[in-house]
Amino acid sequence: MVKLIISRLLQLIPVIWVVLTVTFFLSKSIPGGPFSAERQATPEVIQKLNEYYGLDKPLWDQYVQYMTRVAHFDLGPSYTYQTSSVNEVIARAFPISLQIGMLAFLIALMIGVTAGVIAAIYKNKIWDYLPMSLAMAGICVPTFVMGPVLAVYFGLTLKIAPVSGWYGLEYAPLHPMILPAVTLGLFYAAYIARLTRGGMLDILNQDFIRTARAKGVSARDIIFKHAMRGGLLPLISFLGPAFAGLISGSFVVEKVFNVPGLGQEFIKSVFNRDYPLILGTVAFFAVLIVVFNLLADLLQGAMDPRTRK
Amino acid sequence: MNLRRIFDLALFAVSLFFSLVKLDAGTPPALEEANRRKILLICEGTEPRTLDPQTSQGVPEHHVIMALTEGLLENDPNDQSKQLPGLADRWEHNEDYSIWQFHLRDNAKWSNGDPVTAQDFVFSYKRILTATLGAPYIDALFVLKGARDYAEGKITDFNQVGVKALDDRNLQFELIGPTPYFLSALLHTSWYPVHPSTILKFGRIDERDTKWTRPGNYVGTGPFILKSWKENDVIEVVRNPLYWDATNVKLNGINFYSIENYDTQERAFQAGQLHKTLEVPLDRIPYYRREHPDLIRIEPYEGAYLYRINVKRKPLDNPKVRLALNLAVDRESIVKNITRAKQRPSTGYTPPGMGDYQSLDVIHYDPERARQLLAEAGYPNGKGFPRFNILTNTSQAHTTIAEAIQQMWKQELNIDVGIENQEWKVYLDSQHNLNYDISRGGWIADYMDPNTFLSIWRTGDGNNDTGWSNPEYDRLLDQAAQTANPQKRLATLRQAEELWLSEPSAVLIYWYTRFYLMDPSVKNWNPLALDDHNYKFIDLEENETPKLSLTH
Repeated sequence: MVKLIISRLLQLIPVIWVVLTVTFFLSKSIPGGPFSAERQATPEVIQKLNEYYGLDKPLWDQYVQYMTRVAHFDLGPSYTYQTSSVNEVIARAFPISLQIGMLAFLIALMIGVTAGVIAAIYKNKIWDYLPMSLAMAGICVPTFVMGPVLAVYFGLTLKIAPVSGWYGLEYAPLHPMILPAVTLGLFYAAYIARLTRGGMLDILNQDFIRTARAKGVSARDIIFKHAMRGGLLPLISFLGPAFAGLISGSFVVEKVFNVPGLGQEFIKSVFNRDYPLILGTVAFFAVLIVVFNLLADLLQGAMDPRTRK
Repeated sequence: MNLRRIFDLALFAVSLFFSLVKLDAGTPPALEEANRRKILLICEGTEPRTLDPQTSQGVPEHHVIMALTEGLLENDPNDQSKQLPGLADRWEHNEDYSIWQFHLRDNAKWSNGDPVTAQDFVFSYKRILTATLGAPYIDALFVLKGARDYAEGKITDFNQVGVKALDDRNLQFELIGPTPYFLSALLHTSWYPVHPSTILKFGRIDERDTKWTRPGNYVGTGPFILKSWKENDVIEVVRNPLYWDATNVKLNGINFYSIENYDTQERAFQAGQLHKTLEVPLDRIPYYRREHPDLIRIEPYEGAYLYRINVKRKPLDNPKVRLALNLAVDRESIVKNITRAKQRPSTGYTPPGMGDYQSLDVIHYDPERARQLLAEAGYPNGKGFPRFNILTNTSQAHTTIAEAIQQMWKQELNIDVGIENQEWKVYLDSQHNLNYDISRGGWIADYMDPNTFLSIWRTGDGNNDTGWSNPEYDRLLDQAAQTANPQKRLATLRQAEELWLSEPSAVLIYWYTRFYLMDPSVKNWNPLALDDHNYKFIDLEENETPKLSLTH
């Protein structure tokens, strides 16, 4: 177990290296530069800026310099936030996305697992069709529709939640994280419900469940003690990356509710050709993915002895 | 996992939810509270990249910096072509407007209590002209004698640059030529002073992006000081008690919100989180004009929406073709049916409202003449006219206008045009490298003088981006730059614009307006051509009973 954890964490190094290398050369190959604007600065100024940020050097040189920096955990300066380093951008935006993402994760799990289990128990009955149609609708309604709908209802009609922003909103009854978290949570709940239903149906049709039933185990115990343990396995492998995705923020939800999270930095950094920020956020996301995949694997191992090594 | 654990988990989640919900829903909405405390809540769109007046570039940056720092002059609250005394209480110039002397008022102070001196200004201009700082507006100061040479390293002694501190209070500028619009230029943030010892405390004179612009470090000369800066959310500024005119400042503070999404801005306004939005979503303009004319403001803005023409490409190198393309556009229809916010159809290039400069009235919708010109150019009824593309940056609004123009050209001139979208930075690259046929663009005034528009068509100007060049045009601009008499100077500029309009390197479409939502509790927010508001005149009135019946 400890060996597994250590070896997986060591794998992080080559993974990050490959991710950064590919992203580095890809991002530099997009046309357009970080300092172009509708009102062009003079060529001399652009040249000075390129010199200042080392962008005048050959690509290999820039690559080596950047990698040396990363090895010292310094992700470099951001061009967009002229007074911040990429480390600072991540340090202030990630906690916000983390809060929203964790709450969204809880909401998604509660709704998704409940709906999925119920649907599996009442297969092909109204309690299957109803939650599953809702889940289908949840997958089909994108967050940029769900977000504004929630904002208008809770923010403008009920007036209990702020519709925009993060700081200085103490007067509103609902914390500004709630609506973004619900928007994201509902979206993920739909996926989780479908995965749960599939997993549960698989298990419920197996012989050991039939045996348990024959032996007179109560329906409740069959579901919660026997079926869920195996039925949720397919879900677990989805939850690792899903959790990493949730806590690293969503561009759409952050724009709809104007919360200053990390999700928008991924997208904006590309639009702005803010190379260090592109690389920094991608590397950070890669670390999250690897770590939570590992956690998902460990959890899966705990639930399913067959996958233990 | 058993039922018990799931139940516990659910209980935990529910209690977590309620711990986040405060049940005192009776608290007043943000706007009323803000009115009571006299805090203005406005939206500036994108997040400012920096608050350094010398390395900043965009409009949101400009607007926040104007609250924090003041220059020699300040904006007139009613008329953008006028100026009020700022840190300077009086000034004089020689007969041909080439030497200016400003006297700093005795009570002009930095927000840390230091007196503002003429030497501070000299330091500031040395800083912005130091090329390694990479100031985007460095060229704004090239009207100073020797400034360009210093920036380009041809001279290294800053004493040779035309700015001198005669003593602590008197500052003298020596300009490269007569500059009657100098006062207007001085309003731009690039001419604002920075506090020398603060700059040097956090870095070298030419070091970009040091921590001096952070809350707690920022030292400015404006009516407000920087209280907090929460990136991508809000910048809070509060009253500066040491400001020379502090008694006349009416607001206690301003919150500048960065909300990019126009729909979110609108919702924040409806929820009472904003006094003013940056813009109204295009499709909502008719609704507000119909239902809430008291909340929507539509004002002229000194900007021109146009399509650059690459004159290096055939057959667009033919002035007759370019004129024909202009005359075949029904601008009236575009502003009435597509943009719908009282934009004014362009009849010339420089928009109306530039002080004494009369904008020109020569470009009209005239399909008959357009066809005739096209025939003269060798393409009767569009026959043999090669297919070309309109390049736009990706945006629904731009595409819709491009489609309308595509239709008009097809209908009136029988020529086929394609539309090509590019992502913003790619589009900028294509445009700058003349890698296009026709490219959507716009130009917004930096200061209140036609020169801010006309100078971009100079040969080789960094913003020309059309390949257009006419020695006579350059000569007229040079001549205007040497003319001291303001009337004669404007007449020369007008001649230059007429020349350009006779062989335009752009299809002129409309002159901009700004459209935004504003709560009636905001007072003295007047329509201004450059949208540069002098915050110290703005006031908030309590007990204004709004307003909004929400219909979506």
